[in-house]
Amino acid sequence: MQFGVFTVSDITQDPTTGRTPTEAERLRAVLAIAQKAEEVGLDVFALGEHHNPPFFSSSPTTTLAWIAARTTTLQLSTATTLITTNDPVKIAEDYAMLQHLAGGRVDLMMGRGNTGPVYPWFGQDIRNGIELAVENYALLRRLWTEDVVDWQGKYRTPLQGFTSTPRPLDGVPPFVWHGSIRSPQIAEQAAYYGDGFFHNHIFWPKEHTQRMVEFYRRRYAHYGHGAADQAIVGLGGQVFMRRRSQDAVDEFRPYFDNAPVYGHGPSLEDFSRETPLTVGSPQQVIERTLGFRDYVGDYQRQLFLIDHAGLPLKTVLEQLDILGEEVVPVLRREFAALKPAHVPDAPTHASRVAAAGGARDATVHTGGDGVTGRTAEAVTR
Amino acid sequence: MSTRTLAVVSAGLGNPSSTRLLADRLTTAAIEALGERGVSATVEVVELRQHARDLADNLTSGFANESLRGAVETVAGADGLIAVTPIFSASYSGLFKTFFDVLDKDALTGTPVLMGATAGTARHSLALEHALRPLFAYLRATAVPTAVFAAPEDWAGGDSSGPALTGRVRRAAGELADLVAGRPPAAPDDPFADPATSFEDLLRGPGA
Repeated sequence: MQFGVFTVSDITQDPTTGRTPTEAERLRAVLAIAQKAEEVGLDVFALGEHHNPPFFSSSPTTTLAWIAARTTTLQLSTATTLITTNDPVKIAEDYAMLQHLAGGRVDLMMGRGNTGPVYPWFGQDIRNGIELAVENYALLRRLWTEDVVDWQGKYRTPLQGFTSTPRPLDGVPPFVWHGSIRSPQIAEQAAYYGDGFFHNHIFWPKEHTQRMVEFYRRRYAHYGHGAADQAIVGLGGQVFMRRRSQDAVDEFRPYFDNAPVYGHGPSLEDFSRETPLTVGSPQQVIERTLGFRDYVGDYQRQLFLIDHAGLPLKTVLEQLDILGEEVVPVLRREFAALKPAHVPDAPTHASRVAAAGGARDATVHTGGDGVTGRTAEAVTR
Repeated sequence: MSTRTLAVVSAGLGNPSSTRLLADRLTTAAIEALGERGVSATVEVVELRQHARDLADNLTSGFANESLRGAVETVAGADGLIAVTPIFSASYSGLFKTFFDVLDKDALTGTPVLMGATAGTARHSLALEHALRPLFAYLRATAVPTAVFAAPEDWAGGDSSGPALTGRVRRAAGELADLVAGRPPAAPDDPFADPATSFEDLLRGPGA
């Protein structure tokens, strides 16, 4: 099982100091968090995509490329990549490029985005969210798997004889997760393609997660990709830890009370009961996280949200220390002991290349340029 | 005898509450009217006063907590709804509106609804028509033609004013019973049933 952290890249005032970080500070902080994630032995770092304040992360591939250059084992992902408002051609190119730069340590998570105004800023309409997700993703897959694509659809200009470059590393595109909180169509999409399904699993009651995952698993089996319990499931989670449970609650409470997502509403205690948020000792986080398996089954990836709501970098890095030293090693051991042999691990570039029968160079060499009819070789000769 | 479920939403703030009193009268009359049509009724009452904080939490957190979820499911799954609110500042109370705000927008589609209201003055009576009826029209519920308003004078004076209110209650309850008895029992909508539209159809796109 893979463990990691995901960030929504919010720039939020620290309610205990009244100070709001600058974009530059917050961006640097996220880079430090990613590097620290590898250092403490986590597997995955995932970053959201937003095109409106208070978020800074408009360009995940740029950020992830920087992180790729300064890490060696960390799997890099998104949470999420907007399949609705991004051009699928640009997604195909950007993530194939990142995949090469990162030596294959890349997967990505598709999402629709939930902020109405963002759609028209990119020439789209939120009411077409599902249709856009369906059409754009179908094209994205073709761009990664077919060298030359002729395509016509509803939402972007047609393509004739288009080759997306670079071709996927070793001929195998990045693994794709589909993220959705409550749209069965997106779980259906993940199941149809045999892709992964990720439920963010935070800010909402666990019943929603459970129903979505059950549906995805059933449809995954329906489409013939394997048994329901072999489907690839990822979950989010939200934790704050201190050695003494009460210290965690006391320290986190002002951040909780003022958090943009749930502040000024339910109490920390109510919210912790209603959603997977766990504020307490490392042992409490271990027990709660192991409990996720009781309602979603054996799953492949667990990402924790640890850096939002204005928490300072120092605190977030301490959280990573606790995760790496005390929590994840235990979870790794316990989850592995519980997992039946026929349940697969999360796909990696290596496992996907092996499944494809080995690596192949997928470079498309042009026969000659269409204007002069000369090839590169002919010119140098 | 077939069976139907009636949900009763009462937004009264006091205890005892005249809003709840009106809701109870409407409910009793509806059960009776359904009985006359050969239908027995199960009644589930949602006292919104008990969910005041749950509703506020739902507004900020985006989901109904465990206690409110039961109330939401009761109303969404009912064959008929009796909804009664006090009138404040010329309209339904904020508590009443918040409950319908957090319901799924399709939860009441086609559901027969009997509307009732209470107030300190009879001059509020048209609030049923200019506030509640548009609300249920937006939700695509089927509001019965007679909405029942109870002013202080309707409760006072015993027999002299009683029949008027009782008559309106009976008429409205009869209208509700006609609609509820005339429809098959509500089938719960399961968004996680196998999709009616195959993914291949989604891929072909609309109009294909």
